Amino acid sequence: MNHILEILFAPGFFQSEEVMNALILGSIVAAMSGVIGVFVVMRRQSFAGHAISDFGGAGAAIAFLIGVNTLWGFLSFGVFAAICMEFLGKHAHERDLATGIILSIALGLESLFLYFDTHFTGKASAPMLILFGSIFVVGYSTVKIIVFLTVTTAIVICIIYRPLLLSSIDPELAITRGVSVRVINIVFIIVLALIVEECSLITGSLLSTALLIGPAAAALHFTHKIRWTMLWSALIGIISMWLGIVFSYDSYRWPPYGKGWAVSFFVPMLIFLFYLFSKLLGKILKARRVIYDA
Amino acid sequence: MLSLGMFTDSFMINAWISGTMVAIICAFVGYFVVVRQSVFAAHALPQVGFAGGAGAVLWNFNPIYGLLTFSILGAISIGYLSRKEENDVITALILVAALGTGALFLGLSDKYAAGAYVLLFGQIVGVSFQQAIETVVLGSICILILAFLYRPLLLTSVSKEIAEAKGVSTSFIQMCFLLLLGVVCAITVPVVGALLCFSLLIAPTAASIYITSDPKKVMLLSLVISLIMMWLSLILAYISGFPIGFFVSIIGAFFYAFARIISFYKLKYKIVRH
Amino acid sequence: MIESNKFKEVNMVLSTDNICVKFDDRYVLKNVNLKIKSGEFIGLIGSNGAGKSTLLKVILGLLTPDKGSINMFGKKSKRGNRLIGYVPQKVFLDSNIPLRGRDLVALGLDGHKFGFPLPSREKRRHVDEILKAVDAEKFADSPVGKLSGGEQQRLFIAQALLTDPKLLLLDEPLSNLDIKSAYEVVQLISRIARERKVAVMLVAHDMNPLLGVMNKVIYLAEGKAVMGKTDKIFRDDVLTSLYGYPVQVLHANGRIMIVGGQGAMTAGFPIEDHCHPSEVRK
Repeated sequence: MNHILEILFAPGFFQSEEVMNALILGSIVAAMSGVIGVFVVMRRQSFAGHAISDFGGAGAAIAFLIGVNTLWGFLSFGVFAAICMEFLGKHAHERDLATGIILSIALGLESLFLYFDTHFTGKASAPMLILFGSIFVVGYSTVKIIVFLTVTTAIVICIIYRPLLLSSIDPELAITRGVSVRVINIVFIIVLALIVEECSLITGSLLSTALLIGPAAAALHFTHKIRWTMLWSALIGIISMWLGIVFSYDSYRWPPYGKGWAVSFFVPMLIFLFYLFSKLLGKILKARRVIYDA
Repeated sequence: MLSLGMFTDSFMINAWISGTMVAIICAFVGYFVVVRQSVFAAHALPQVGFAGGAGAVLWNFNPIYGLLTFSILGAISIGYLSRKEENDVITALILVAALGTGALFLGLSDKYAAGAYVLLFGQIVGVSFQQAIETVVLGSICILILAFLYRPLLLTSVSKEIAEAKGVSTSFIQMCFLLLLGVVCAITVPVVGALLCFSLLIAPTAASIYITSDPKKVMLLSLVISLIMMWLSLILAYISGFPIGFFVSIIGAFFYAFARIISFYKLKYKIVRH
Repeated sequence: MIESNKFKEVNMVLSTDNICVKFDDRYVLKNVNLKIKSGEFIGLIGSNGAGKSTLLKVILGLLTPDKGSINMFGKKSKRGNRLIGYVPQKVFLDSNIPLRGRDLVALGLDGHKFGFPLPSREKRRHVDEILKAVDAEKFADSPVGKLSGGEQQRLFIAQALLTDPKLLLLDEPLSNLDIKSAYEVVQLISRIARERKVAVMLVAHDMNPLLGVMNKVIYLAEGKAVMGKTDKIFRDDVLTSLYGYPVQVLHANGRIMIVGGQGAMTAGFPIEDHCHPSEVRK
C-alpha cells in the first residue's frame, strides 16, 4: 500500500503546506466555476465568460504595475467589463463583434502593461503569473478575500436560483411570470465576473475559462436535471483540479527533471478529456433511451 | 526619433514585408469571419497556434511550423467536433487546452517568460528574412484559395439550406474555411502576437460594415484600414519599443469607434431628412 | 400507347414513384406518388410532423428514400438539380451582414461554383431582370439585414428563379404572416409562376390562403399522401381514410377547416385543427 502511494504521490506531497492550500483553494474555485458554468453554457455566454477573464487579466497587469494586489485588478476590470457587455448590443452577433473589439483593447492594454511590468519592475514573471496563474503561491490575505467572495456569491446564487433558471431556459416565459429578466441578467453577469476573476487569480486569466465551461458542458451531456448537473459539474471541476495538482507535483520527477509540468497544462487537458468522454457517454445513454433529447 | 532606420534596418524590412502581407490577407479573411459569425474561432485559433509556437521554441525549430501544425490541428478539431452543435463550448475548450499545452512547453524550456511574451504579444525584431518570405508565399496561397472559395463561402454563410440544395457540402466548406483561418493565424501570430491577431482580423471589417454593405467595397475599405493599422503600428512600435500588438488593437478600436459614430450620424441625418 | 405514356412522362415536371422513408421503425412517408405538370400550382398541405419537410428533402435530393424514385422530365433527379428553385423557410439574417439585396440574389445563379467570380454584364442583366420580376428593384442595393421579412422573402424567391427552374419549391413561406400579407405573397408567386411558366409547389400547414390559386393539392397525413383537385380531396371520406380515424371537413365563409369528426373524441383521438394560427390567438 505504501509503495502504491509512493508512486502516485511524490514525496513531500502531503506534508507540503503549499500543496494543501492549493488543493483547498483549487477545489473552492473549481466548484464555484462548475456551478455557475452550467448557467453560462445554458445561456450560451461562453465567449462572454472567456472575455471577462481576459479583461481581468488586463486589470491585473495594471494592478501589478502600481503595486496593488492583482486580485483587485482582476475583480474591478472583470466586473466593469461584465456590466459593459450587458449593455452593449441588442443582437447577439453585434454584441459579439463589439465584445471582440473591446476585448482587443483590453488585451492590447494588457500587452502594454505587461511590457511595463517586465521593463520597469524587472520582474519578468509578471506575465506568467497573471496569465497562467500560480496555484502554489497565494498569500493568506488573498485566501480570506476568496473565501468571502465564495460565500457571498454562493448566497446570491441560492437567492436568485429559480428566476435565474427560468430566465435562462425561457426568457419570454420568465417575463410573463413576472421575473425581472433584465435585473437577473445584470446580477448574473456580476456574479459570473466575481467567480471568474477569483478563479483567474488562482489558475490564471487564460485558464479560468476551462473550469467555467468544460465541466458544465460535460455534465450537460449526460444529465438534464439541473441540480445533478451542477453537482456533477462541480465534481468534475474539483477532480480535474486535484488530479492536475497531483500530476504537476509528481512531474518534478518526470523528464526534464526538476522542472515540473505546469498545473495549467493538466487541468484543461483533463477537463477536455472529461468533456469528450461525456459526449460519448451522452451518445450511449441516448441510444439506450436512458435520456432523451431536450 | 523619426529616423530612416525604420525603413532601412534589416529587421524592419522583414517586418514591413511580413506585416504588409499579413494585413492584406487578414482584411480579406476577416470579411468572412464577420459574415460567418466566427468571431470566437478567430480569437481562439491564434492562441491554439501559440501552443505550437511554444513547442517549436522548446524543440528549437522554426516557429512557423509549430504554429502551422497546431493551428491546422485546432481548426480540424473545432470543425469536426462542432459539426452539429456547441460551437462556442468546443472552441473554448480547445482554446484552453491549447493554452495549457503552450504553458507546458514554455515551462519546460528555458525561455519561459520571454518566449511566452513574444508569442503572445508579438515583437518586430523577431521576424527573420526567411520568415518574411515564408509569410509572403503562404499569404499569397491563402489569397488564391480564398478567391477560389469565395462564392460557396458566401452562399453557405447566408443559407445552409440553399447551399445544400444546390449540392454544396456546408461542412466541407466550413472545414476549408477553418483551415484557411488557421493558416492565416499562423502567419499573423509572429508579427502581431497570438492575443491580438484577431484584432487585425476583425477590426477592419467590423468598422467597414458600418459604412457600406457592398461586399466588394467592404473588402476594399477593410484592406485600406488594415494596411493603415499595420503600417502605423510598425512605425509607432519602432519608435517607442512598445509591443506592436498594443498599437494594432488600439488603432483598430479607433477605426471601429469612428465608423460607428459616422453610421450613427448617417442614420440621424436620414431620419431628419424624411 | 406506350409512346403516349412516355410522352406524358417526359413532359411531367416532377413525378415520384412510391416514395418510402423510414426513421427507426416508423414510416415517415409511405408510398407517396405525385405528378406535377408544367405550370401547375400545387399546395403541399399537412400539419407539423406530417412529413412535409421530409418529402421536400427527398425531392431536393438531400435525403435518399428507402424505396422509390424522383423523376424530372422523365429523368432521375439528383441533388443540385438546376431545374428546381428552392426557397427555404425563414432565413435569419444578421442586421449588420455586409451583403446587398442584389448580392444575395446573385448567389442563386452561381453561389455554388468554385473559382473567383468575374463580373459579367450578362450576369448583372439577368439579376436585374429577376429583381424587376419580383418587384424588388427598390431595395436591391440596400443591406439585406435591414430589410423587412417580406422584402427578404422576395429576394429569396428571386434567387431561386435565377437558374430558370421549371419547378419552384417554397417551404412554408406563409407561416408567421398575417392574412393580408399571406394573400399578397401568394398573388406574387402565382403571377411570377404564370409569367415564367414555372410549376410551383408551396408547402403550408393552412390551405386557405391558397384556395384561389391552387390547381391541385397534395395532402399529407400519417406519412401518406393524396393528390388531386381541392374539391376532390377535402372531403370527409377521403381524409378519414387517409388519417385512419374520423375526420370532418367544415366549410365556413369560403374557408376550409379540418377537425376530428363525430366519434373522434370518444375514440380518444385529438382534434386536429387547420385554422390559421393567427385566428386562434388566445
